[in-house]
Amino acid sequence: MIYLVFGLVGTGVLFSILRLIKGPTLADRAVAVDTLNIIVIGIIALVALIEKNSLFLDIAIVYAILAFLETVVFARFVEGKHDS
Amino acid sequence: MIANILLVIGGLFYMLGGLGVFRMPDTFNRIQAGTKATTLGAFSILLGVGVSEPSWLLKVVFIIILIALTNPIGSSSLAKAAYQKNKLPELTQDDLKELYRGDKND
Amino acid sequence: MKYLATFLVLFASYVLLAGFEVTELAVGAVIAVILTILITKHVEYKIDYLLPYKLVVFLVVYLPVFIYQLILANIDVARRVLSPKIPLNSGFVKIKTDLDGEFGKLTLANSITLTPGTLTVDVDNDELYIHCIDVKGKSEEENRKNISSLFERVLRVVFK
Repeated sequence: MIYLVFGLVGTGVLFSILRLIKGPTLADRAVAVDTLNIIVIGIIALVALIEKNSLFLDIAIVYAILAFLETVVFARFVEGKHDS
Repeated sequence: MIANILLVIGGLFYMLGGLGVFRMPDTFNRIQAGTKATTLGAFSILLGVGVSEPSWLLKVVFIIILIALTNPIGSSSLAKAAYQKNKLPELTQDDLKELYRGDKND
Repeated sequence: MKYLATFLVLFASYVLLAGFEVTELAVGAVIAVILTILITKHVEYKIDYLLPYKLVVFLVVYLPVFIYQLILANIDVARRVLSPKIPLNSGFVKIKTDLDGEFGKLTLANSITLTPGTLTVDVDNDELYIHCIDVKGKSEEENRKNISSLFERVLRVVFK
């Protein structure tokens, strides 16, 4: 069962990494990174389930906060380059 | 049983999110597909983890609330940045022009 | 009163993250007191005694509608992504909202982002700018009816 879930999640990671490599503009790459971050939160939760260790959930919380900050900072960066 | 179903549904929507980000033709559609599919995927996988280990449920619900609050805001600010920076695709209607492009000409 | 509310919020979030143990409770109380003294000057909110009632209404009325719409949105995304040729008719539309209050608008914007085919791009006073995959309505009124009227009706119960 867990192999099936990891297979599906891995396919999602593969496609968003393809977009990250290919993305014609900076904004597309930022979108791919944002998607990847949310997928990684799920993967951390799955790892917590496999290892039976709730410490991984704390890592997931911190990762979620950092992922949000990263997305917003990335958006400001993409936006600000044009003005200067 | 319920936990396994939730985990598989979550994996499925994660895959659809990745596929959406890869296949959609322009930046805004990519943001839409990516945000929606991965948000439901994350909810479903986290709930599945919480259901199979009931003592973690509180923390899992905390992560779900965090994602529900932050993910739409992040994608909205990305869309705003993409609108200001990129060349726009074919649009049938563009009300946003008056807010940004109008100011630039002054 | 403001000090007490800030303390309770900080303490509750610490205990939620750290777990129920005697040492954790003590450390959490000390940290919450220090943080309360430091930040209470800078926080600004009104204490609303109707909050528990509003929270229950929020959970009972808003949440089922939101989850139903989220699942609909994902089926929509799945259909679009898996169809061999992706049809396009996208555009940015502007709609007005009647809700006031920052948190009400935030909730409305987030809900619109997670409903089928729409993405909130920006909020300017009481106007929301929305990207639609498929623009259906011709006028502003029609768009408003299609996109936001359901959530506005639900959210008006909670945030007056």
